[in-house]
Amino acid sequence: MEEKKYMNPYLAGVLLGILLIATIYITGRGLGASGAVKSFTIATVETVVPSHTQTAKFYTEYSKEHKGSPLMNWLVFEVVGVLIGAFISGLMSNRLNLKLEKGPKTTIKIRVFGAIIGGILWGVGSQLGRGCTSGAALSGMAVMSTGGIITMFAIFGGAYGFAYFFRKFWI
Amino acid sequence: MGPLVPDIIGNDLNFIVALIIGILFGAILEQAGFSTSKKLVGLFYGYDFTVLRVFFTAGITAMIGVMALTHFGLLDINLTYINPTYLWSAVIGGLIMGFGFVIGGFCPGTSVCAAAIGKIDAMIFIGGAIIGVLIFAEGYPLIEDFYKSANWGNPRLFETIGISQELFAFLLTSVALMAFIFTSIIENRVNGIKKPIIRFTPYYIGLGIIGLLIATSSFVFPERKGSFLKMVEEKHVVQSYKLNEITSDELSCRIMSEDKRLQIIDFRPAKEYEKINLPKSTQFTLDNLFEKEPNKILTLRHKVNVFIDNDELSERKYAILASELGYKNIRILKGGFNEFKSLILHPILTGDTTNREEKDTYRFRLRASNIIPDLIKKNKTAGPVKKNQKRVVGGC
Repeated sequence: MEEKKYMNPYLAGVLLGILLIATIYITGRGLGASGAVKSFTIATVETVVPSHTQTAKFYTEYSKEHKGSPLMNWLVFEVVGVLIGAFISGLMSNRLNLKLEKGPKTTIKIRVFGAIIGGILWGVGSQLGRGCTSGAALSGMAVMSTGGIITMFAIFGGAYGFAYFFRKFWI
Repeated sequence: MGPLVPDIIGNDLNFIVALIIGILFGAILEQAGFSTSKKLVGLFYGYDFTVLRVFFTAGITAMIGVMALTHFGLLDINLTYINPTYLWSAVIGGLIMGFGFVIGGFCPGTSVCAAAIGKIDAMIFIGGAIIGVLIFAEGYPLIEDFYKSANWGNPRLFETIGISQELFAFLLTSVALMAFIFTSIIENRVNGIKKPIIRFTPYYIGLGIIGLLIATSSFVFPERKGSFLKMVEEKHVVQSYKLNEITSDELSCRIMSEDKRLQIIDFRPAKEYEKINLPKSTQFTLDNLFEKEPNKILTLRHKVNVFIDNDELSERKYAILASELGYKNIRILKGGFNEFKSLILHPILTGDTTNREEKDTYRFRLRASNIIPDLIKKNKTAGPVKKNQKRVVGGC
């Protein structure tokens, strides 16, 4: 069966906007993603080297702000939802298949390397910027947060600035 | 009044809400095409601007929606999470993320979405992100000073640049609409096709009208507090507004008879309130009127809320604000607390009147001036109105 076409971007945008309004109205906070990665990482370190989390400052500051297990976190539940929702959507639109996507002129090796480095950069950057595209940029724009909108411009500005040098990766 | 968490929706139920919101979030992202890196980075090479369209449409819709909810008093923006601003870490963090976007082809949310439908590169990306957080965590002591530098608090951008919220929303929406047209032109050029930019089909005309409506609607939702405060600055409005008054004598009578319906909302400065606080009084500030938690006191049924300040004019202002905000059973103290002080607390009483009514008043005030100072002394101050709820902790 053929893949279904993607939704009209403006329609998707309005739907996403309405979801964000509902999220803020119900919970008082916006959407997010990188926070779940953070919670997951902290939970892993807590299990593997518990002694380290009691001394290193990053972990002690986190546990001061968040009581209980780091996995009992709003964003963790939300991201589990994202996995389920995206899976259902992919299933309905015939887009489920295991594959590694890459630009036409690049090798698998480079793509794997790029994905790891890109991920690492996001891991560091989202901690430094206190949120990613969802948590800082999108949710920040919804509440007109100065910091969120600055981060948004930095993300997209930075990406445009670096895009030229990595064009071989994609086109 | 929102946010519904934690009053109406408990913290445990909130996790279920998170799951449901996440499912919808994931489904929308996937349907929009955010589950493939090729489509995502198209934005940076000009061949596919889907991400920009979805992102800006969503951001603007949500922004106007939040403005509308706040305007109608359905959402207390003081309890909502506003991302804090640490200037330099926001800029540098953003640039690093931009770099990661171009190299990795995803951002965290979209990578989860892509991994869910089987994209191996997305799964690798998530692995990288975990390593990245780990690196940040281990290197945290080295960059902590930088991470916490240039803390501006939680400002909102229109405050930072000093324009009104409505104008800001209108400008941002206009910029987005122009960006939609402009990027469509680029997209055509890069892809070497000639798709008409503006198609006059009912669908696109409809979308255009909605876009314009959204842009102009920002002016319909001025910042609530600001517009109310402007109203009470107009003298003739304040003077002619119909309000119920209560005299110092009646108030004393109610205090002495320990009237259960009486509730005094005291707007005097905290210092003066600490010195003299009447029984059954709560100290309020102007801001409290617009907040979620203090409002619970004003909405208690069968209570008469007597607004008190030193002078009657400011009492009127507060009472008008409260009435406009929809609160019922508001009274103001005639002549303000100053008159109450001179009539009841420190009365100059001369008993030499012949009029019977004046004699009664004299006797009443004499009694009140003995009893009420005692009651004030005995009264344990309720202090400023209690606010248990704090701003929601959010973010990543």
